[in-house]
Amino acid sequence: MDLEELYQDVILDHSRRPRNFGEMPDADFHIHGDNPMCGDEVTLHVKFSAADLVEKVGFTGNGCSICMSSASMLTQKIKRRPRAEAAELSRAFQDLLTAPSEPEPDKRLGDLTLLRGVRKFPQRVKCATLAWHALDQALAKPTAKETNFSEETDPPAP
Amino acid sequence: MPQILEKPALELESIRRDFPALNQRVHGQPLVYFDNAATSQKPRAVIDAISRYYECDNSNVHRGIHELSRRATEGYEAARKRVAQFIGAGSAHEIVFTRGTTEAVNLIASAWGDANVKSGDTILLTEMEHHSNIVPWQLLAKRTGAKLVYVPVTGDDGMLDLDALDRLLTREVKLFAFTHVSNTLGTINPVRRLCAQARELGIATFVDAAQSAGHMPVDVGEIGCDFLAFSGHKICGPTGIGVLFGRQELLEAMEPYQGGGDMISRVDFQESRWNVVPHKFEAGTPDIAGAIGLHAALDYLDRVGRERILAHDLDLAAYAYEKLAALGNIRLFGPRPETGLHSGLISFLLPEVHAHDVITLADRHGIALRGGHHCTQPLMRKLGVASTARASFYFYNTREEIDRFLETIAEIRTFFARQV
Repeated sequence: MDLEELYQDVILDHSRRPRNFGEMPDADFHIHGDNPMCGDEVTLHVKFSAADLVEKVGFTGNGCSICMSSASMLTQKIKRRPRAEAAELSRAFQDLLTAPSEPEPDKRLGDLTLLRGVRKFPQRVKCATLAWHALDQALAKPTAKETNFSEETDPPAP
Repeated sequence: MPQILEKPALELESIRRDFPALNQRVHGQPLVYFDNAATSQKPRAVIDAISRYYECDNSNVHRGIHELSRRATEGYEAARKRVAQFIGAGSAHEIVFTRGTTEAVNLIASAWGDANVKSGDTILLTEMEHHSNIVPWQLLAKRTGAKLVYVPVTGDDGMLDLDALDRLLTREVKLFAFTHVSNTLGTINPVRRLCAQARELGIATFVDAAQSAGHMPVDVGEIGCDFLAFSGHKICGPTGIGVLFGRQELLEAMEPYQGGGDMISRVDFQESRWNVVPHKFEAGTPDIAGAIGLHAALDYLDRVGRERILAHDLDLAAYAYEKLAALGNIRLFGPRPETGLHSGLISFLLPEVHAHDVITLADRHGIALRGGHHCTQPLMRKLGVASTARASFYFYNTREEIDRFLETIAEIRTFFARQV
């Protein structure tokens, strides 16, 4: 049944015990995203190394199991990756969830591919992508140390 | 459990047959529609009234001499008269059709607020207001330099702090705006008392009846308010139509809200004169079909009987509340049902399952709930929660549906408690 596909053991595990969860005072960027429709909030904390690697990444926030597990797996996945590769992974992950036809998953995504179950739950896709939208902003190295953004509620049909 | 059923209980089977949308399966399960605080389902009588209007009488109102325009005007104005009767207004001139409660609040905040509120004045609200009864006042406060003050909510039990109200209701307050029934907590507020207390000090009152009209008898004379608003779609009517009641002398003293056709008596190149109330506040072609649909909805509700609807709402709320409480390890919001102040909706939180996960799982069982901040973000922050799950009932819902909902909650808990 698709509920088991959505709420896989790995996802529940990450939502109960989120990895890299906590404040990070020495981060270069704090990107706070919220989803006004449901109240989910994620702040992604990112620190880059001199060689442009994601040296440290963590998050704080409050959200459903999909939102929290996606953020938790994100931090594990992109830690110590070059900035460009982190951007590729973000693109690959978001395509996996939102591309009109489901692509073959990028092998590097690992457990994150388990989240593709949300394709069958269109109202929950934004839960899974919130942290990644925050990541995209951090990877663009904004001028401000702190950024706030809100997800669009329901965009007009294309 | 409160025993208030004076008339025979509702004939639920026959009532449910009147609502085509209730008779369907969702994800393979019979639909349990528990999202009535967001919008209600529509009875066949309302759907038919709208179709009949478009098929037979469709025309524009007020400006036509021809037969169809006469019929459309008659239908639209008959709806206004019906609304006046439904809420005990003295005259149909006190009934302004709007798009909904939200537009009604914006109308008062602009047309009444701009003329009556100035820098240093206070607008008194409560912490349990819907965003639609907060943000229009924030905009007014920004324009005028007035300040907003809130009557506190006591906590999870969702009562207004009436001791604080005594301190807050001062002569600086120009308007006291509050909800009749909280869409998040289910609390039924003592609106008569609140209005009486305000009136003693000459303070104008606005009652947000979005969750009460159509759920219980609502009579503006008895309540003693200056303004009151509700939406058609939450009480069996169509979307896009709502009602603002205002005492006639207040409406007459107000400037228009929007300019356009129908709201004028004479237009010159440089200036215009306004039509009489309520037309002064209805610029442009109104939602004629919506008003006619609302008329059919009010007739339907009065056939069922609003006192019986209230009794049924209270019964379902009490039943659900007690059964949920008996599950243990659950956070319930709103007054305890034995107070008789808990209307037909229950907000709850399972500590181990996020509200959105509850909603998604319930949906796969055919049960429509709502989760989130319910457009009451300040209240949620005060209560220290990001979101709650909410089951909201109407007169066509049954105890059997609540039993299915409770079984589903138990299943959801088992599903999320599994070892991983």
